Amino acid sequence: MPIIEIKNLSFAYERQTILENINLTVNERDFLAIVGPNGGGKSTLLKLILGINPIQSGIIKTFGEKPKKNLSKIGYVPQNTNVNIDFPIKVIEVVLMGHIGTKRPLFGYAKEEIMCAMGALGQVGMEEFAQKKIGELSGGQRQRVMIARALCAHPKILILDEPTASIDIDGQKRIYELLKALNKSITIIVVSHDISVVLAYANKVAHVNKRLIYHDLSKQDKIRLDKSDHFCEIELFDMLKGEDR
Amino acid sequence: MIEALSYEFVQNALIAGILVSIASGIIGSLIVVNRMVFLAGGIAHTSYGGIGMAIYFGLPIFLGASVFAVLSAFIIAFITLNHRHRMDTFIGLMWAVGMALGVVLVDLTSGYNVDLMSYLFGSILAVSHEDLYYMGGLLALILFIMTFWYRDILAVSYDSEYASLRGINVRFFYTLILVLSALTVVVAIKVVGLILVIALLTIPVYIAEKLSNTLYMMMILSGIFSSVFTLIGLIVSYMYDISSGASIILISALSLFCFLLSKSVFIRSRV
Repeated sequence: MPIIEIKNLSFAYERQTILENINLTVNERDFLAIVGPNGGGKSTLLKLILGINPIQSGIIKTFGEKPKKNLSKIGYVPQNTNVNIDFPIKVIEVVLMGHIGTKRPLFGYAKEEIMCAMGALGQVGMEEFAQKKIGELSGGQRQRVMIARALCAHPKILILDEPTASIDIDGQKRIYELLKALNKSITIIVVSHDISVVLAYANKVAHVNKRLIYHDLSKQDKIRLDKSDHFCEIELFDMLKGEDR
Repeated sequence: MIEALSYEFVQNALIAGILVSIASGIIGSLIVVNRMVFLAGGIAHTSYGGIGMAIYFGLPIFLGASVFAVLSAFIIAFITLNHRHRMDTFIGLMWAVGMALGVVLVDLTSGYNVDLMSYLFGSILAVSHEDLYYMGGLLALILFIMTFWYRDILAVSYDSEYASLRGINVRFFYTLILVLSALTVVVAIKVVGLILVIALLTIPVYIAEKLSNTLYMMMILSGIFSSVFTLIGLIVSYMYDISSGASIILISALSLFCFLLSKSVFIRSRV
């Protein structure tokens, strides 16, 4: 059974059409990359899946139900983690925000919650920074903390919006290696305009620019894309847009 | 100096100063981390309309000002949540209309020779017993809410989009923060006046922010700094016979200046 199913989805802000007749199926343990130009509707598509934006026409089902019903099974890492850097908050507190527990203490945090948050920090290799102020970390470290926050709820799907924007090359690589490791047990959806990096890790690609064009890289000759020397971003984009047309 | 403490109005002033300082330390922290300083300013000035209305109808000043301030907090919450891009225009409008309404209503009140200055710059030496109960009650309410909903308020303040995904009612807590700000602004007007209230809500908080790793630490430090500045300000105003509100703010600003200076010296000496 597909864990995300989108049928005939359209969305418009006021009179401007952002998404038109989108169809997409995500299966368990997919590594889906959503690429496309800025303003092409990638973030809007995510917000629809997450139930942040209301569905205007078409159908979205996550785990066979309405998106709002299964929010706790989806971990979300928002775009741009460089906002609010001055905020006085420790790394561990940020991660604890992601925790969803049945037993919530009257005030403060339960031991079980802190254990869980530390575990999530361990998964992303950031345990030692738990007591640091969030503003003291680098952009890449902060991004890993945000991934830990999403993991804290033990999600089945992890959705990341431009996770490597404004992060240096080393940091980007670490984040994608981390996602690759997580993909062994979790479905990953990454929105990015950095397609050359994404293609090295993803097994499915959706190109979104108002309409959606889907590629199953595992069935196609992915090697050709990876190893045939060098494609510039524009050529890759053209390849993704060109097919199915 | 010591004999002054035997006067009841001096005792009341000191108690009021500390109660309001702690409340404004907590709420000021929330206002600063949520970037609501302009909103709080709008609420403060709009509430002058409530003061005018209370004088016109012969109601208690705190009641009139509180009702008006809370009402304006609801309106501001509605505008910022629904029409964010027009926010500054609307708040500027409320700011001016509230003040104008207050001035006109005071003018219309026959035989009332109001001391406008006491509302603009505070009148901490005129704090009554009832005022103290009101301030104490508000502080208790703030402490209660902060104890039990700290996590939600922290989540909404730090990352409201994520908080809403986690099922936290962001609109409710955002409005709650603004309503508590409104109530705190009203009691702070008594201490430093509505023109200076923003300084009380931001200067100690700014220093605390630089020294804190967590929001609650920032609230505690803000409360302490604010209390110290208020007490020193009161002593200075007594010694030199100057306005208490203004001297509290100048003491705060001077402390901020010293803090920034020592910080830059400290950083330079480390390099």
